[in-house]
Amino acid sequence: MTVHNLYLFDRNGVCLHYSEWHRKKQAGIPKEEEFKLMYGMLFSIRSFVSKMSPLDIRYKLHYYETPTGIKVVMNTDLGVGPIRDVLHHIYSALYVELVVKNPLCPLGQTVQSELFRSRLDSYIRSLPFFSARAG
Amino acid sequence: MSRQANRGTESKKMSSELFTLTYGALVTQLCKDYENDEDVNKQLDKMGYNIGVRLIEDFLARSNVGKCHDFRETADVIAKVAFKMYLGITPSITNWSPAGDEFSLILENNPLVDFVELPDNHSSLIYSNLLCGVLRGALEMVQMAVEAKFVQDTLKGDGVTEIRMRFIRRIEDNLPVGEE
Repeated sequence: MTVHNLYLFDRNGVCLHYSEWHRKKQAGIPKEEEFKLMYGMLFSIRSFVSKMSPLDIRYKLHYYETPTGIKVVMNTDLGVGPIRDVLHHIYSALYVELVVKNPLCPLGQTVQSELFRSRLDSYIRSLPFFSARAG
Repeated sequence: MSRQANRGTESKKMSSELFTLTYGALVTQLCKDYENDEDVNKQLDKMGYNIGVRLIEDFLARSNVGKCHDFRETADVIAKVAFKMYLGITPSITNWSPAGDEFSLILENNPLVDFVELPDNHSSLIYSNLLCGVLRGALEMVQMAVEAKFVQDTLKGDGVTEIRMRFIRRIEDNLPVGEE
């Protein structure tokens, strides 16, 4: 376990401080650009989250990526612990089973399958950390 | 659209004869549809490619293999995990090029060709060419452009079946999934 790096930004996107401890790869772009990209990403996420829950801006973002570039991103409240197995289940038992293996579902575009949508919905609602009532 | 309960990570058992006969029927029909062996070979490669781009996701979902760091690791995973999982065989890996960008898969037996004999008028047919397309399509989805081709074939009288795999380049951009 280690720490790679740390950014400190102010409200205007100015990078107040950047430190690096264990960073395996450099970005290949000037530091200024990297700070802008990082801040841009945070700003976008922040703006999504405030649309979901305007009162509480603290949340957890869970991220799972496969070698084929499929990315599962789940935002939860702070009470939820590590859920790699949940994200893996969404990929393997839902996306792969119901979309990839269905020759009538084209890849590379929005999934139209109602079966996928409803199975995913049931799965999420069945999770132990899911509460129908927010907060 | 109803669907049976998820079967988790186990394989369904299926008759290998049914599989061999189905594949044979597919090739036979392609031979009827297309005038010459070269076109059939191309179609098999294309169909294989379309299978491969989806099969890789099933493979990743079931095998929990992470991203491979180099072509040698890729070769190992293909031979020892993927071939085993889908065809029940484990080809051996031989003939690495000095640069480490080419290797051969040697298949002692090939489930696709059980009971098959090539007739004389189809001497340039690459019967199992679907496999080459599958390998190409699957690897493309994990950012590797490769060429896969048969260099020996028991159907043509060779002692073993050999697929030569060549690494062309790393695919950097995430291109939209193309089905050919």
